Amino acid sequence: MSTEINFALAKSFGLNEAEWSKVNEIMGRTPSLTELGIFSVMWSEHCSYKSSRVWLKELPTKAPWVIHGPGENAGVIDIGDGLAAIFKMESHNHPSFIEPYQGAATGVGGILRDVFTMGARPIANLNALRFGDPSLPVTKRVVDGVVRGIGGYGNCVGVPTVGGEVNFHPSYNGNPLVNAMTVGIAKTDKIFLSAAAGIGNPVVYVGSKTGRDGIHGATMASTEFDASSEEKRPTVQVGDPFTEKLLIEACLELMQTDAIVAIQDMGAAGLTSSSVEMAGKGGVGIELILDNVPQRETGMTAYEMMLSESQERMLLILKPERRDMARAIIEKWDLDYAEIGHITDTGRIVVKHNGVTEADIPLDPLAEAAPLYRRPWVETPKPAPLGPLDLTTPLDQALLTLIASPDLCSRRWIFDQYDSTVGGQTVKRPAQADAAIVRLEDSQRALAITTDVTPRYCVADPFEGGKQAVAETWRNITATGAKPLAITDNMNFGNPEKPEIMGQFATCIQGMKQACEALDYPVVSGNVSLYNETEGRPILPTPAIGGVGVLDNAAQAVGYAAAPGLELVLIGETHGHLGRSLYLREILGREDGPPPPVDLAAERRNGDFVRAQIQAGTIQACHDIADGGLLVALAEIALASNTGLALTAQGDGGFWFGEDQARYVAALAPAALAGFQAAAQAAGIPAQHIGRTVTENKLTLPNGIAISLPQLRDAHEGFFPAWFA
Amino acid sequence: MKAAILLFPGINRERDMVLAVRQSFGHEPQIVWHKETALPPGTDLVILPGGFSFGDYLRCGAMAAHSPIMPAVQAHAARGGYVLGVCNGFQILTEAGLLPGALLRNASLRFLSMDTMLKVERADTVFTSKWQPGAIFRAPMAHGDGNYTADPATLDRLEGENLVAFRYADENRNGSARSIAGIFSPNLRVLGLMPHPENLVDPLMGGTDGKPLFDSLAAA
Repeated sequence: MSTEINFALAKSFGLNEAEWSKVNEIMGRTPSLTELGIFSVMWSEHCSYKSSRVWLKELPTKAPWVIHGPGENAGVIDIGDGLAAIFKMESHNHPSFIEPYQGAATGVGGILRDVFTMGARPIANLNALRFGDPSLPVTKRVVDGVVRGIGGYGNCVGVPTVGGEVNFHPSYNGNPLVNAMTVGIAKTDKIFLSAAAGIGNPVVYVGSKTGRDGIHGATMASTEFDASSEEKRPTVQVGDPFTEKLLIEACLELMQTDAIVAIQDMGAAGLTSSSVEMAGKGGVGIELILDNVPQRETGMTAYEMMLSESQERMLLILKPERRDMARAIIEKWDLDYAEIGHITDTGRIVVKHNGVTEADIPLDPLAEAAPLYRRPWVETPKPAPLGPLDLTTPLDQALLTLIASPDLCSRRWIFDQYDSTVGGQTVKRPAQADAAIVRLEDSQRALAITTDVTPRYCVADPFEGGKQAVAETWRNITATGAKPLAITDNMNFGNPEKPEIMGQFATCIQGMKQACEALDYPVVSGNVSLYNETEGRPILPTPAIGGVGVLDNAAQAVGYAAAPGLELVLIGETHGHLGRSLYLREILGREDGPPPPVDLAAERRNGDFVRAQIQAGTIQACHDIADGGLLVALAEIALASNTGLALTAQGDGGFWFGEDQARYVAALAPAALAGFQAAAQAAGIPAQHIGRTVTENKLTLPNGIAISLPQLRDAHEGFFPAWFA
Repeated sequence: MKAAILLFPGINRERDMVLAVRQSFGHEPQIVWHKETALPPGTDLVILPGGFSFGDYLRCGAMAAHSPIMPAVQAHAARGGYVLGVCNGFQILTEAGLLPGALLRNASLRFLSMDTMLKVERADTVFTSKWQPGAIFRAPMAHGDGNYTADPATLDRLEGENLVAFRYADENRNGSARSIAGIFSPNLRVLGLMPHPENLVDPLMGGTDGKPLFDSLAAA
């Protein structure tokens, strides 16, 4: 049986006519099936970034503390003491709708491999999740599967899941977003890269056996969804966290030796992308003998093996004199070790199977002739101003409605299913601080880690939304006392062939760029997920940002739980901005107006002041003001502290629920208040005393109306348990 | 007290256990790979930490209970040596027959990760001497299969012989029979429990509620 290789087949693999012509030109003949498969996955949006590259290039990626920026498996920054933090966030959106458990689980597995392949022990996982309308049964099914999948994988591999975020919006109905982030730690002089070297060196396959799962997964991630997407279930991979755990330990043990020349995980497009990228980066050639690939199914063809996305597999280039030692370490962990080829000087990838050459492609043209599109784009029209609003809803009623809503309610039901303490280094767990705090082994230092984006801002004004996403991660890290260092970005957008979607992408990038520059906060890694549309309806533009900061002394970290008897101070300028706020949506039933602008100079000024005051020990608890505004932040403080609040400041709905940026609530000792306010004034920073924490078990509003903490807690904690009861 | 921590493939809380042991004992425990067939000479305490040995793919702890190191652990216990199994370690001890009963899926059929309150049922053992009798302490739990069960006669015997070590004192979230969170062997030298005292031994991680377990052993 032979398949006819023609444009119709190439099109079904996701190539357009110009790309198909280019393949024929490079090959000087009609490609074989395996060759066409290799071209189509390498040139897919997912692997080639063909629509996004021209824009991503504009992001700032350098700083004195950046060791490796974008282009490696993950970003690497220097965090002092000879240690590096290695991190990245990556999407697994399309598989997570089709098969939520395995889609999410393998998303976690994939991002873990990107990090430990560089020599880092993973110390923290986070996840940024977006789901559709909670009133739809399908949303409940997806939430349940995704949460179980993340927990099932992360809990088993023993990496604590310490943070993340969850939003709901109907635009994600057929297209949830599962963005998983891993942070690992390595010594700065023990970082492993993927560029192959050494003609004749063995190419070694380590990990699970190869099956037929996930073939053309990268291509699936590069198209829109439609009603037939359910038929794509066979392209979703199946995760095996136990093998991943063995792979982590085996690789880290092998990395203590000098056996490894280069290493990369087999992620999207499996053996194809790992071998092509490793040889390409090293400027060498590679020959693979597929007969030696460990297989768990019989009769697999070269095409299937090259495109399989079976999980928990790594590709290594070894020093030949170390192969026996390497084999002994890998086999100690009961993993397959197979030499499946060698490095050549031909500059070509040659794939042989059963004595037949199934593919023979020059690597440079495969990479250099990869399509690159500067797609047409249009700017998102600026939203009209809100105009006058009816702000007469009583404060207590508005607060109870807001903190019970799906976007603001407690995420306890979710994080109670994730092991957040394994490793014994989790200083701040979920819902204790604005960023998760994880101490480094045998060190006083800790990392502060968060993920943030506000898609409803991005859709209204992609520039301000892009700025805000970066700034909010910076603020969340700052609110713990840590110094923000760098970000990873996970760009989730609709179909880039539509000018308005391309415009959202391009403009979000411009906003992110401005924030990164103003905050000295470069991008060191990232991932792009396009075509997030179902039947022509795009998701909200969602540039999820993962931020990492460092604390020299973990003991300096603050959370937002405050003791009774402290003064509460509102830091930053409050205008009462309600455009695109949750108050506007949940209380007034509107989703319009401009999002809050981010004044990056004020952001930096306020943040640097807050961080210094935390490190000096003046601020004892701190919470940034974000979704839902000031009163929601205060309610969260009361619940985390299990202490009452007596609020004294006067203001309208805009004051209490506006989402003005660059703001914090700080709790400090009464004796420190006057000095603190004087220091803020000297720095030109608004610092308004708004109330205090009290021993009475209630939140008392300035109008004298009180909400008991149990009532507040019931409202806040109710949604998820009731939904899944 | 010389401690050996067993490392089965898929175990993931051995580093946490090392931290707790190092802090209370003042020296490093030995890590012993499951394919070894002997314990380090002079081992007083064998610790089976938490995790997912062999992926929990057959039944939690069932494969590890047949690892090459386990005959040496059986012999150590038979000699009256101390054995501590936490979480997956507890599951392995029940599968190996060193403790009675079994750990089923949590009643909610969901993984449970949160702090729980535990009541110390007896403080006259080598594992619990630093607590007051009836003390209540906090410990993180993190398990999918912590629902302790045994036949009624076994449960009655455990109660009658005063072999229940810890009970859930606030909420019995995983559905354990008689709220049992941990049990002793009849000679009080083998302890298995589901929650993780080793994750609460440092004020920076939220408290030191779990430290008395390790201080008790260090003082023995």
